[in-house]
Amino acid sequence: MAMVINEEQQMLKESAQGFLAEFAPVSELRKLRDQGSETGFSDNLWRQMVDMGWAAILVPEAYGGLEFGHVGMGQIVEQTGRTLTASPLFSTAIVGVSLINLAGSEEQKTELLGAIAGGELTTALAVDEKIHHAPTQISMTAVQQGDHYLLNGEKRFVVDGYSANKLIVAARTSGSAGDQTGISLFMLDPSAAGVEIERTDMVDTRNAAIIRLTDVTVSSADLLGAEGDGFKALSAALDIGNAYLAAEMLGIAQESFDRTLQYLKERKQFGVLIGSFQSLQHRAAHWWSEVELCKSIVLKALKALDKGDAKSPVLVSIAKAKLCEVVELATNEAIQMHGGIGMTDEYEIGFFIKRARPAAMLFGDYNYHGDRFAQLCGY
Amino acid sequence: MSDLQAFRQETRDWLEDNCPPSMRFPVTNSDDACWGGRNWTFKSDEQKQWLERMAAKGWTAPTWPTEYGGGGLDKAQAKVLKEELAHINARSPLDSFGIWMIGPALLEFGSEELKQQHLPPIVRGEIRWCQGYSEPGAGSDLAGLQSKGEDMGDHFIANGQKVWTSYGDKADWMFCLLRTDPDAKKQMGISLVLFDMATPGVTPKPIKLISGSSPFCETFLDNVRVEKNQVVGEVNKGWTIAKYLLTHEREMIGGFGLTNAGSDTLGQTAVKALGLEHGRMNSPLLRADVLKWEIDAAAFAATAERVTDEVKSGQGVGATSAMLKYYGTELNKRRFEVLMKIKGSDAMIWDGANSNGGAVPRTWLRTKGNSIEGGTSEVQLNIIAKNILGLG
Repeated sequence: MAMVINEEQQMLKESAQGFLAEFAPVSELRKLRDQGSETGFSDNLWRQMVDMGWAAILVPEAYGGLEFGHVGMGQIVEQTGRTLTASPLFSTAIVGVSLINLAGSEEQKTELLGAIAGGELTTALAVDEKIHHAPTQISMTAVQQGDHYLLNGEKRFVVDGYSANKLIVAARTSGSAGDQTGISLFMLDPSAAGVEIERTDMVDTRNAAIIRLTDVTVSSADLLGAEGDGFKALSAALDIGNAYLAAEMLGIAQESFDRTLQYLKERKQFGVLIGSFQSLQHRAAHWWSEVELCKSIVLKALKALDKGDAKSPVLVSIAKAKLCEVVELATNEAIQMHGGIGMTDEYEIGFFIKRARPAAMLFGDYNYHGDRFAQLCGY
Repeated sequence: MSDLQAFRQETRDWLEDNCPPSMRFPVTNSDDACWGGRNWTFKSDEQKQWLERMAAKGWTAPTWPTEYGGGGLDKAQAKVLKEELAHINARSPLDSFGIWMIGPALLEFGSEELKQQHLPPIVRGEIRWCQGYSEPGAGSDLAGLQSKGEDMGDHFIANGQKVWTSYGDKADWMFCLLRTDPDAKKQMGISLVLFDMATPGVTPKPIKLISGSSPFCETFLDNVRVEKNQVVGEVNKGWTIAKYLLTHEREMIGGFGLTNAGSDTLGQTAVKALGLEHGRMNSPLLRADVLKWEIDAAAFAATAERVTDEVKSGQGVGATSAMLKYYGTELNKRRFEVLMKIKGSDAMIWDGANSNGGAVPRTWLRTKGNSIEGGTSEVQLNIIAKNILGLG
């Protein structure tokens, strides 16, 4: 399995690049922010993405999708990192599709995957309850009462939790915080009685929410997968999500590098271009080298997911951890090398650091994935 | 069965019959490697057999043309051979600067006469080569070299001093840069020449390193006769070839960042030394160092793989040898810094049977040279900044 992308994937990458540069550049993100957009994305843009088939890329052909694979979708997501494009693509077409496909029944897959591919349904995954990602530490309760469950508890950092038509909630039907068994997944209507959604104003201006459930009734038919057996699918979907967060951060690291390199070739001080200073040249060269490593490990992780490789969890944690580290370096260096102008809101470089941190934090940051990697390696 | 599958089966069968049992373990100590040459003493009969059998098939230099003694394999076949060798943990039959460095340069730039003369003995491991590049006054600024080759008609007379000649005291021939036109600009008056180390006036003297070993020499040249037919390429046009060779050297040294299959990972080594507590290594700070190193090493290995595949598929070369050299050597230095911490006070033992002859601290000290030899890390960063990023 060669470490290169094929022609079809290359074409998808180029078409995504062209589309996003035209319809969703960084200036669009600024507009959404300045207009105080409630959802943080443009419905019109999402409609265009759906029309291009992006919502169907990971949906199996059997359910009306394109089944184009993770390496292909990864090319699009990398480009959205370059343009900082906000959309339901991640929460719905990647995490939502993956989780429904991994855990759902035939009926659920037919109904829900079809609706996502057609752009009629958006989803949000509600997993974390504390300020740090810890999927085994779920303590939200789901108590069975006849043909339904009663849910109680609080979820945080639910990305797209304010805009999604359906929430996918991970709750505990048995066991206690720390146990892998006893976690169940539910499809939940956000307008159900007892659901309180508090939109949180985020650094990256995207919509996320704190969701409080008080005696919320969910039908047994809305259980996604078997009761108490949700962790395996959840974990696999989180791996997929993390590979794409790494791909998005790769786009951010590359774009902030390209913009900074350009600046080094334009900005003059002491009568010369600042790019002629060796102190900046060496830092730029080191940064570029780190990005080269990132390109390789992201591709490696996406390929492993496509192959269903047993090493996928290890490779995903390596990729996420590495990208968390490098995107931090990249966005910090970008501001420092831009100097004063890098600190202004008017200049776009600051938008990159503001998206980089939430992307790194979501579903586990460097510390979480470094620790998980070591655990998977037996130490 | 495809041709390649058939080749794989033949190779597997041949290796099964011909690779001696003691050659099916990775080399753990550099003294175990086979370097060949006129004065080589084989460590065992099996080491000798392994070299002779592989050399007879040309598989010490698998991709070189058969007319020069090489294996004549295409890239796909060479990959299969490499995989099959790795499959049985076979060690390299021959470590050789001839195969890694001067051979490829001769194939690219050498005259037919030079190829016929030098390549077959390299394949057979009969002649061991060393490199005469750096000088006391020309390290990072290699093109500032001052060793002279005075034109005497059909030969040059060479005078000067070379330094960091790897295994200069054990080598049979040297490929050497000489200034053959003292009036030309820096890079323009340099020639790449070949001569026998037994030529009168050639004196290699080992240099003892901080690691205690002496893999390098300084080599004095006093009125050494170098035949004109031993110039690689054209006279005064040696710099291009020298740069080509430096690229090879960088790739070779950059490979140091890749760990050997079969041996313990840094994590496993750490667990053996420190133990586990509740499933985690018994030192949180060291654990953080180890996992960070292993994550970087995995990303680096994936990059080496990607670069190879990009070259093969004709896609643009993204990462260059300068990046691999820079990152690989820095990674290797970090690996040994972490290893020293893992081994604790044991790592402070310089000699003795219990410490495997002080292998850990000695290798750790040796790695400090990785980011100096073949162009320092700072020179690699300069190359990236100027040639790839276009920063002037």
